[in-house]
Amino acid sequence: MADVQQIIKDVTGIYGKERKALMPILQAVVKTKNYLDDQDLIAVAKALDLSAAEVFGTASFYTFLDTVPRGKNVIRVCKTISCHMAGKDAIIHAIEDTLKVKTGETSVDKKFTLLSANCLGWCHKGPVMLINDQVYPELNAEKAIEILQKYQEED
Amino acid sequence: MSKYLVNLTINDIPVSVPEGTTILAAASKLDFRIPTLCYHEDLCVAGNCRVCVVEQVGGRALLAACATPVGEGMQIHTNSAVVRTARKTIIELLLSEHSSDCTKCYKNGNCELQSLAHEYRVGDHVFIDLVNGKRKHIDDLSPSIIKDDSKCIRCQRCVRTCDELQGVSALAVAYKGDHQKISTFLDHPLVEVVCTNCGQCVNRCPVGALIEKTYVEEVWDVINNPNKHVVVQTAPAVRVAIGEELGYNPGERLTGKMVTALKRLGFDSVLDTDFTADLTILEEGTELLTRLKRAVVDKDPTVALPMTTSCSPGWVKFIEHTFPEFLPNVSTCKSPQQMFGALAKTYYAQKKGLKAQDITVVSIMPCTAKKYEANRPEMRSSGYKDVDYVLTTRELGMMIKQAGINFQNLEDSPYDSIMGESTGAAVIFGATGGVMEAALRTVYEVVTGREVPFANLNIMPVRGMDGVKEAKVKIEGCLPEWKFLDGIEVSCAVAHSLANARKLMQAVKDGTAHYHFIEVMACPGGCLGGGGQPIPTNEEIRSKRAAAIYGEDEGLPLRKSHENPEIKMIYEEFLGAPNSHKSHSLLHTHYLARKKY
Repeated sequence: MADVQQIIKDVTGIYGKERKALMPILQAVVKTKNYLDDQDLIAVAKALDLSAAEVFGTASFYTFLDTVPRGKNVIRVCKTISCHMAGKDAIIHAIEDTLKVKTGETSVDKKFTLLSANCLGWCHKGPVMLINDQVYPELNAEKAIEILQKYQEED
Repeated sequence: MSKYLVNLTINDIPVSVPEGTTILAAASKLDFRIPTLCYHEDLCVAGNCRVCVVEQVGGRALLAACATPVGEGMQIHTNSAVVRTARKTIIELLLSEHSSDCTKCYKNGNCELQSLAHEYRVGDHVFIDLVNGKRKHIDDLSPSIIKDDSKCIRCQRCVRTCDELQGVSALAVAYKGDHQKISTFLDHPLVEVVCTNCGQCVNRCPVGALIEKTYVEEVWDVINNPNKHVVVQTAPAVRVAIGEELGYNPGERLTGKMVTALKRLGFDSVLDTDFTADLTILEEGTELLTRLKRAVVDKDPTVALPMTTSCSPGWVKFIEHTFPEFLPNVSTCKSPQQMFGALAKTYYAQKKGLKAQDITVVSIMPCTAKKYEANRPEMRSSGYKDVDYVLTTRELGMMIKQAGINFQNLEDSPYDSIMGESTGAAVIFGATGGVMEAALRTVYEVVTGREVPFANLNIMPVRGMDGVKEAKVKIEGCLPEWKFLDGIEVSCAVAHSLANARKLMQAVKDGTAHYHFIEVMACPGGCLGGGGQPIPTNEEIRSKRAAAIYGEDEGLPLRKSHENPEIKMIYEEFLGAPNSHKSHSLLHTHYLARKKY
């Protein structure tokens, strides 16, 4: 909680306490702790004098503003038609097998969350996945597992 | 509105309207009705339902008439083949996501989507039914409001109402695309969030997604129970609006017919909340004078001023959530509904030789928050639940229709006695500013021995539809015991709808506004625009109801609460004096600080 108060203080220092500060604050919280919990949403509502429902409404609109706990690394595999045609199912199966999770779940060691995403804008180089902010295009199953191993080796 | 006129044709008929007028309004000027769903006169334009689309000759796409201002030389068609096809498709698409089991819906016969489906004769299952695949979620935990997402068409009237009119924003739009829904914070039930139960969203929901929780069947059961003595009380604003449920135009005064109808429904005694409205004036006026005395004479720094009214349960719950630091400022008086309930099961029971447990108190209210108020744990001073069931004006209309009563042909009847007598000061409780006006009529006269110095007792500065109204009344020539008030200018403010109340209380909090007495009603126009009143509502309808209320006041022989003979009698026989120990135990209450988020 203390972290979140600090984030709010930092961001409102730049953007003020107007409603326009809402998105930057929510993004900053997610960047730091990967998701927004109930208390975070309330803290933001209080700081900007908004209703809690409005803050929740905004957060729930954006796929990248998670409101449930996520692992340290969030994997998003593009599920839209070009990547589907290029074989995204094989990528997802490979990741599920490697991490022992299903799409939507977080690994037991809390290191990874596997999600599917709408179009990531890399249709010409599908299938594609995003790990945190890093894009990995032109995947096949082996390549995807190799990339995951690099993340697994980090602590 | 701009002084520049714009010329256009609608369905080949030329029309000139001020710049900035919408196509919808211009068409209405020519008596062309364009169907709408998300549009509401009280709210900002949303333009999301698309059902008001019209064709502009030479235009690339259809235009939403509610959201598009007129342009010079526009040629608009509101009913071309392309428009009709588009509209029909839009309605069919809305229905594909709408639980359209109309015969089992509470809003059956009073649903804007159903009317449009009827008007356009939509086909059978043109699109795949998407409702059954979704998790059905009904929030029916509130005693006031039921929210059924499977009927929601996401027009967002409720969201705009809760935000723009009420400044509460208990409801917001959450998620997106086919997951989009109208949600409270984290989708908690309405009883667990900042909802004030005002029901303004219910009043504006075009479908059955937000409805009042009905207690009509419970009331029929108790009427049919020979062991129960069923007492009904009617709020001031009901008598000027019930007609709208029964085929009258807005603004019809139907007090006498309504009383007859209630007797025919089988209530054992038809009494008036106006009686306890008069009583409220005596209790609240005395409380105000006591607070002023403590401030002026005793120089007591702990006395909470300005004092605010407490009649509106939506306002009470709002201040409990939003300005808990001002709870000591709220009058400790219960609302007239609750005073009535407490007295019905004590004073009335005693006078009639009945046992409290054999009495059932039913209220007819313009309000959904009254259902919540009656369920508050504090509201059991008689030793029983003081008010058993609260019905809205709409539910009363429903019962009259169910009973097959030909309302328009009924004779007038007077209210029963005791607790049926009232004054003009009580009936104006139904309009914004009314409690203030009634209080000033009595307080001024108590303090000076003279009538309040406004022509014909009409305190015009507190009347009308301005969001926040102010009045100052100079007190001069006081009676000896009130000498300490001589020369004081009593400063009053009146706010209606909670967004205005928030502005007013914020100004008081910031120290930029100073008052002695503040009246707040949660709903626009006061109770006459309450969440339990007939649908639709708009400023014109509310003004007509207000005119009827003031007409009712002028037509009554007694127009000051302290002159009500039954009020004098209850103090002599039962309560002693205003703010006596007995008054406090039955007629006063306390409040609870609630969480703001």
